[in-house]
Amino acid sequence: MDTVDVEKQQASPSWFMIKRGITVGFPIMLGYLPIAITYGVLAKQAGMTLTELTLMSVFVFAGASQFMGANMIAVGAGAVEIIIATFVLNFRHFVMSLSFMNRLRGIGMNWKFPLSMGLTDETFAVSALHTKEAKMKKGPLFYTALFLTAYIAWVGGSLLGGILGEVIPEKLSQSMGIALYAMFIGLLVPSVKKEMRVGMIAIIAMLINFICVQFMSTGWAIVIGTVLGGLSGVFLLKEEEDPE
Amino acid sequence: MIFLIIIGMSLATMIPRVIPAFIVDKLQFRDWVNRWLNAIPYAALGALIFPGILSVKEDQPMIGLAGGLVAIVLAYIGLNIILVVIGAIATVFLLSSVI
Repeated sequence: MDTVDVEKQQASPSWFMIKRGITVGFPIMLGYLPIAITYGVLAKQAGMTLTELTLMSVFVFAGASQFMGANMIAVGAGAVEIIIATFVLNFRHFVMSLSFMNRLRGIGMNWKFPLSMGLTDETFAVSALHTKEAKMKKGPLFYTALFLTAYIAWVGGSLLGGILGEVIPEKLSQSMGIALYAMFIGLLVPSVKKEMRVGMIAIIAMLINFICVQFMSTGWAIVIGTVLGGLSGVFLLKEEEDPE
Repeated sequence: MIFLIIIGMSLATMIPRVIPAFIVDKLQFRDWVNRWLNAIPYAALGALIFPGILSVKEDQPMIGLAGGLVAIVLAYIGLNIILVVIGAIATVFLLSSVI
């Protein structure tokens, strides 16, 4: 999956990048669908209409926040409360976006701006481990295709969940809760195999997150785990070292 | 009312994502900052995996842990990420059927 077929790429760089983006984004689609369907079911039960719950996916595109939002709507929480909680839970995307945009230096604002809006934990994790494309011809199309694949799965899955209700048996949908974690592991392990120190960074972040989550909300704990865990990379990663 | 919440949530999620796109070209980072930012993906993966994975099945942290271990093994032997995901789902499904 990592080897780039130079010949094919020269034939039609745009199409090559789009196809590659969809292929690399496919696991995200697989992980998002069951979760989006679950969100749709839950949001419907929370009293949201089909239009509302789908529009939330269209405009918010943030899984954890939407689950929380639907829950808070169900218990009758206030708008301000929900919006602040969303901000806290999603602030980690600031750190991820800064890391991703630092890789996209040299790519125009006309690409950077829309791409930044499509950033989620999952699209970030996958694209951050595919950094070569940023420097290749038509590279932005790769990320666009990847992000759109995830976005379509998320919005489509939400709508499907809202229409069909409990389509997936509970035990199966519960089991699918592991999907995104497994994807994160599937992304991390090959990098660790190439460079053990990358694993050290991840483990340090895990431990910091684990300690923080005892005292604060999940949102802040992940922010602190990511920021401080990443800081260990200053010492662990060498100059311009790229484990990919 | 719900539309107001959606618009507010949309802004609350969009602003943190979008700001770096506007500021990154105006900033020149020192080497250590670049190393820090390059380490963020791995730190983020770590923080996203653990301890969240323990809550895949409520009150049964071992099930999420087992799914994670299977994923590690499958990824380590070099299977495609889709097979890693399917293997982990199957593990959790089987374990929660048995236990």
